[in-house]
Amino acid sequence: MQDFLDNFANWESLLRVYPLLLQGLIYTVWLAVVALPLGILAGLAIAVLYSFKNRWVNIALLIYIDLFRSFPVVVLLILIFYGMPFLGLTLGSFTAAVLAIVLNNSGYYGEIFRAGILSVPHGQTEAARALGFKPLHVVFSIVLPQAIRNVLAPLASNSLELVKATPIAALVALPELLRSARVAQEQTYNPTPLMAAAVIFFVILYPFARWVARLERQALKAR
Amino acid sequence: MERIVEYYFNAEVIAGAFPQVLAGFRTTVIVSLLIIFCGTLFGLLLALLRCANLRPVNFIITAYVDVLRTLPQLVVIVFIYFGLPYLGPTLSPFATTVLALGMVLSAFSTEIFWSAIMALPRGQWDAASALGFSRLRTLVTIILPQAIRLAIPLLTNRAISISKGTALGTAVSLPETLGQAQSVMALVANPSPLTLAAAFYLTFFLPLVIASRWIEYRYSTGR
Repeated sequence: MQDFLDNFANWESLLRVYPLLLQGLIYTVWLAVVALPLGILAGLAIAVLYSFKNRWVNIALLIYIDLFRSFPVVVLLILIFYGMPFLGLTLGSFTAAVLAIVLNNSGYYGEIFRAGILSVPHGQTEAARALGFKPLHVVFSIVLPQAIRNVLAPLASNSLELVKATPIAALVALPELLRSARVAQEQTYNPTPLMAAAVIFFVILYPFARWVARLERQALKAR
Repeated sequence: MERIVEYYFNAEVIAGAFPQVLAGFRTTVIVSLLIIFCGTLFGLLLALLRCANLRPVNFIITAYVDVLRTLPQLVVIVFIYFGLPYLGPTLSPFATTVLALGMVLSAFSTEIFWSAIMALPRGQWDAASALGFSRLRTLVTIILPQAIRLAIPLLTNRAISISKGTALGTAVSLPETLGQAQSVMALVANPSPLTLAAAFYLTFFLPLVIASRWIEYRYSTGR
């Protein structure tokens, strides 16, 4: 037990490296705060475009969605970060990570919003049109509010997954929380920083994860 | 245009990289299948164990599920690979990736199976017990078949998204598709191997993504 504490909960090494971890946490939060709304907006745009039922546009959108859902997000990141510079387009590791996460999640969010819009009976659209609402107005004030309620569970779950994807930025040397913890581990020859990073991730994400689990259980019951 | 062909679709480079990236792809497929198999099976086992309603056991299972569902996958992988050796066992990159992602998937599938079992009406248990079925028999012949049916769409989505995490194995130098492509790319100073890797990922995951779309559709309309 003492051995375990010395290794994984060593206060001395924690005191030495906590500024590094704090810095890492700030990067992690920034990544999430920038990528989350962008991903949701991109997905929403895809789903709204899809709801206009233009055949060719919809085929293209489905291909886009499935393509980006098929790539592991790390692969996307490596392609963007190491592949683009050959075309003369060099992105910083932060921008590259945000771009990879947003592209990948736009596919997921697009599919979720699309399913949500499909779940709203068509009569709603027809009734609103008959009352003289304009097409965009119908989508945003009649269809979407109901659609979002129907897919709240997958929406929340995907948002959690998006935040959980941020540590991949460590692979392109962005000093976010996980990367900082690895650097700190190498400075202290001790896995305490790694443990600390895991605990920080857990403490921040756990309330969110509980909420998602509750929503999912309710959605399953409602079926 | 010429530059795009030279840097991303360079036939010579791709031909040279093919054997190594293919070997990586084999690793990706094996690791993914192991993760899906072990993770789902272990998850089902834990969900059944939870049905036994033993308090200390339930507490441990809930803690296991909560921790692994909340932590980012890359954090789990890095923790097992770089942190665990301080306690004793040093695992290979292969074993690390399978263990880490298998555990993550088992946590999700425990929750999915358990919620599916809970979502079934209580009356099913009562009716079976009135007919003289034992609890175990009720669980195996009446509850589980329905619960699994309810769980399948959620489970396929989760299994696919977690097995895509195999690419995260690069972080602990697992020689899978992405890692192999990156090492060839570093040698030839040309990112075409990444294009090849991307194509490999697509051939494996695109059919799965399309199949999951179909499964979701079938199971949501088939009742």
